Amino acid sequence: MAEVIWGLATSHVPSIGAAMDGGRTEDPNWKALFDGYRPARDWLAGHPPDVAIVIYNDHANGIDLDIVPTFGIGTAERYEVADEGFGRRPVPDVVGDPELSLHLLEHLVDDGFDLTVFQELDVDHGLTVPLSVWTPDPGGAWPCPVIPLLVNVIQYPQPTAARCYALGQAIGRALASYDQEVTVGILGTGGMSHQLAGARAGFINPEFDAMWLEAIETDPAKLAALTREELIRLAGSEGIELIMWLIMRGAMNDRIARVHETYFVPASNTAAALALFDNRAPALR
Amino acid sequence: MTEPRFDLPGTPVFDGQTARRGLRMNKLFMSLRFPENRERFLADEAAYCQAYGLPPEQQQAVLDRDWQAMIDLGGSIFYVYKLAMMDGRSMQYLGGVFTGMTEAEFVAAMRAGGRRDG
Repeated sequence: MAEVIWGLATSHVPSIGAAMDGGRTEDPNWKALFDGYRPARDWLAGHPPDVAIVIYNDHANGIDLDIVPTFGIGTAERYEVADEGFGRRPVPDVVGDPELSLHLLEHLVDDGFDLTVFQELDVDHGLTVPLSVWTPDPGGAWPCPVIPLLVNVIQYPQPTAARCYALGQAIGRALASYDQEVTVGILGTGGMSHQLAGARAGFINPEFDAMWLEAIETDPAKLAALTREELIRLAGSEGIELIMWLIMRGAMNDRIARVHETYFVPASNTAAALALFDNRAPALR
Repeated sequence: MTEPRFDLPGTPVFDGQTARRGLRMNKLFMSLRFPENRERFLADEAAYCQAYGLPPEQQQAVLDRDWQAMIDLGGSIFYVYKLAMMDGRSMQYLGGVFTGMTEAEFVAAMRAGGRRDG
């Protein structure tokens, strides 16, 4: 079987990657965020998985509005880092795991989740910033192969929070039936509260974010019950992307152990957070 | 029906009707990822808009850099941002435009913990 050993929930704000790429992590406006990452990075460096699944959304770089898949999965051997309009990030291209991708696809479709297949995909900051949060200095390659799992969080109607949680649970079942013994890290990306446009731009809701950070571990069903309207009202029109954390959570065990968390305002216009969870049985931690 | 499914004050919801309305304009914005397209755009912005089939009001919003109008006419903020980046504008600058603040005021509000409802 493929066993999820940890889950990493993290914001994917492009300016976090830009601060790292530009050597500004000690800048007073950024230092607290990167200091907050350190315990998680240290732990993750000691727990490399065989493969990672990154749940993210594209931002007008790999796909456009001609086709808006609600859920998609990459099945490629390699994913190039997208040029988002200011040159590509100076980070390695992403190596895929087509065999596990196709296993997931088949099982998820049989389980009622009809994912769109991406045989070619340029990955943008939504995927590479979480990899950088995990591994700040990848050198020539990221720590392991990565499977991109795409979610439409930009265009209404986004999938419901409940559907995202259920997809995560289906991913968990699909991984359990894999015929190879591999360890998996799963990353749920995006958030936390933020809104980029409208008179409410700049909206941040620390009370909601704190509730979400707690409940993602202890009561994900409560979060899965939130409606789209509630999410947009409470987390902002872009904060709804937090639904991607529920896919990660659904793929994990009922009981998980919090390794570390950090919360920081602002990463550009966004409340940024990281929450790292150990998914192994208590005796193995 | 052109109304979004629900109405939250000050919160544009990029729904299907909005996406239909803004498709040509958003495609234009996405094309600006590539330097050769940015060059062509800057050489003759109106012609570039026409080549992408923008309706007149969308073309005017682009030429005027009327960011609020671009959103109102179907722009997705992630796509509109491509044009802003080309102009050297930040998301904080746009935040200021949408909220009636200067960029510095908007940045200060974010550093003070962000803006709250009510």
